Amino acid sequence: MSSKILISLALSLLVLGGCSKGGTKPDEETEAGAAVAGEGDYSSQSGLGTGAVGTGGAYVEPGMEPGDEALLTETVVYFDFDTARIRSEYSEILAAHARRLAANPGISVRLEGHADERGSREYNIGLGERRAQAVRQALMLQGVSSVQITTVSYGEERPADPGSDEQAWAKNRRVEIAYSE
Amino acid sequence: MNVKTIASGALAACMLLVSAPGLAQLRIEISQGVSEAVPIAVVPFGYEGRGGVPLDAAELIAGDLQRSGRFAPMDRDDMISTPTAAPEINFADWRLLKSDFLVIGRVVEEGLDRYVFRFQVFDVFRGTQLLGYQLPATAANMRAVAHRAADMIFEKLTGVPGAFSTRIAYVSVMRDTERDLYRLVVADADGANPAVIAESSQPLMSPTWSPDARRLAYVSFEGRRSGIYVQELATGERRVVSRNQGINGAPAFSPDGRWLALTLSGEDGNLDVYVSNPATGQKRRLTTNSAIDTEPAWSRDGKDVFFTSDRSGGPQIYRVAADGSGSPQRVTFEGAYNARPRVSPDGKSLALVHNDRGNYRIALLDLERNTTQVLSDGRQDESPSFAPNGSMIIFATRQGGRGVLAAVSTDGRVKQSIASAAGDVREPVWSPYPDN
Repeated sequence: MSSKILISLALSLLVLGGCSKGGTKPDEETEAGAAVAGEGDYSSQSGLGTGAVGTGGAYVEPGMEPGDEALLTETVVYFDFDTARIRSEYSEILAAHARRLAANPGISVRLEGHADERGSREYNIGLGERRAQAVRQALMLQGVSSVQITTVSYGEERPADPGSDEQAWAKNRRVEIAYSE
Repeated sequence: MNVKTIASGALAACMLLVSAPGLAQLRIEISQGVSEAVPIAVVPFGYEGRGGVPLDAAELIAGDLQRSGRFAPMDRDDMISTPTAAPEINFADWRLLKSDFLVIGRVVEEGLDRYVFRFQVFDVFRGTQLLGYQLPATAANMRAVAHRAADMIFEKLTGVPGAFSTRIAYVSVMRDTERDLYRLVVADADGANPAVIAESSQPLMSPTWSPDARRLAYVSFEGRRSGIYVQELATGERRVVSRNQGINGAPAFSPDGRWLALTLSGEDGNLDVYVSNPATGQKRRLTTNSAIDTEPAWSRDGKDVFFTSDRSGGPQIYRVAADGSGSPQRVTFEGAYNARPRVSPDGKSLALVHNDRGNYRIALLDLERNTTQVLSDGRQDESPSFAPNGSMIIFATRQGGRGVLAAVSTDGRVKQSIASAAGDVREPVWSPYPDN
C-alpha cells in the first residue's frame, strides 16, 4: 500500500522541485535546503512542474522559492520554557519569510512576542521582547532590513490559550509574525 | 484612540459613580484570621434627622475591623441593648457578652446635607472611654467619614494606623471572542464604589499611584504599541509621558512625585531602567546591561532604585543609585526566581514574586537581616502591593481558572480572598494615604 503513496509523494516533491531554480546541483540542494525531499530527485526538471501545486497560475513573488508559499502560511514561532532560542524546526519557515521580505523592501513585518503567564508581568514583557528580537535577528541575518521590522511584546497579556496548564503555556510562548503591506 | 478615560473624584465627596456594564464590585472576605481576634461590639448608630439614616455606619466600621482579621465584631442579634450615647451604656451587659471593646455612635442632621458623625470607643472592662470624635459629613462623603472613623479606632486599639480610607486600583479583563475589554478600575479599600478610569480593547497594565494618591501612571497598548500614561483622577485628564519605539513599561513614581522610573528597550529590545522627570524632560539611564532590567521600585528615601534583572541567569533583585552613580548591587540570593520588588512603607523590606519549589509566591525580604519569608500559598501569585500602613500586602492570584485578588498580612497570619463576580482581576495597587 505504501508504495503508491510513496510514488505520489515523490511526484509531488518532483513538482515542488520542478518549479525551483532550474538545473541546480541536486545533492547540495537537497542537503542544504529541503531535507524533506530526500534522495536527490529534487533536481529533476520534469514537465510535471507546470501542473499540480500552485496551479491556477498563482503569482510567485520575486525571490521566492518553491514551497515558500506553504511555509509563509506558518506565522507563529513557538518557544520552550524560559528561553528565546528558536527551535530548528522553524529555520525553513523563517528563511521563507526572510526571502519574502528581502525581495520586497516595501513590505514590513511586525513581530509580536509573548510569554506564558507564570512569573511577574513586566519581566514577562521582557521575555516576550527577547523572543521577538530572536526572530528579528534571524530575519536580519538573512538579509532583511531592520527598517522592515518592528517588534512589540505583550508578555503574558494576550494569551493564545487562556488555560493554565502545560499545553496552554506551550501555545502562549510564541512570536506572531504579522505582515503589513 | 480606543481608550476611554473617565473622570472620577479624587475624594469620595466629588466622586462620580460611573456605572459600567459588567463592572462587578470586589468582595473581600477573611480566609484566615488571627486566633486571638479581639472581640468588639459595634452598636448600630443612632440617627437624628429627616428621612432614613444615610448610611449604616456601624456595619461599615464592623466590616472594616473584621476584614483586618484582628477583630471579631459581635453579631447584632447577640446584642442585648443598643446604646447610642454614653449614658445609655450598661457595661455589665457587654462584659457578660465577653466583648472587650464597645463602639457607639450617632449621626445628626444639622442642615441641608450637613451632618455630624459622632462615635465613641469604650474599654468594656474598665468602663472608660478610649476615643471619642465628632466629624462633619455630607451624604456623599459619609462612607469616607465612616472609614476614617474605622481607621482611628483601629489605630487606637492596635497602635497601627488604619488603611480603610485608602483605595485600590486594579486591572479587570473581560475576554470575548470579538473583543477583549481591559479596564483600569479604582475602588475604595473595601471594594465599594468601583469606578472605571480607563478602558481599552488592547492591554492595560502596571498601574501605579503617585505619592499624593491623585494620579495613576499605567501602561496602555493602544495603537498596538506600549506607552506610559499619567492620569489625574479628579479630572480624568491624561497625558503621555513615554511612547518611544520598543517597550515603555513598569512606571514608578519617586517618593517626591517628581520623577518616574520606567523601563525602555529601544528598537534593539534591550530592556533597561531609566528615571525621567516628565516636567523638565530630563532622563537618566540607570542600567546598561544586555540582560532584562525592569520593574523599578524606589527606596523610601528616593536615593536608590530596586529592580529585576536576569543578568546572572534567572531574575533576581538588584539595587542601584537613582542618580546613576555606582553599579548595581545584587540584593536577593535565595531561590532561582525573585522579581517585581515593592518597598515596604518603613523601607525595611521588599515584597517580591519568589519561586518557591515551582510555585510563584509572594515573599517578604527583610533587607536588614537578609531573610526571606514566603507569605502566600498559591501557585501563581504575583503583583504584590503594600497597604500604606505596611500591615497587609494585596496581590493577584488564580482561583478556579480565573484571575482574582488576595491579601495577606505582613506577619502571614491574616489572609483575605478578594473575588470579582465577573472576568479576571489583576495587578492590584494600594493607594498611599491621600494626605501624604
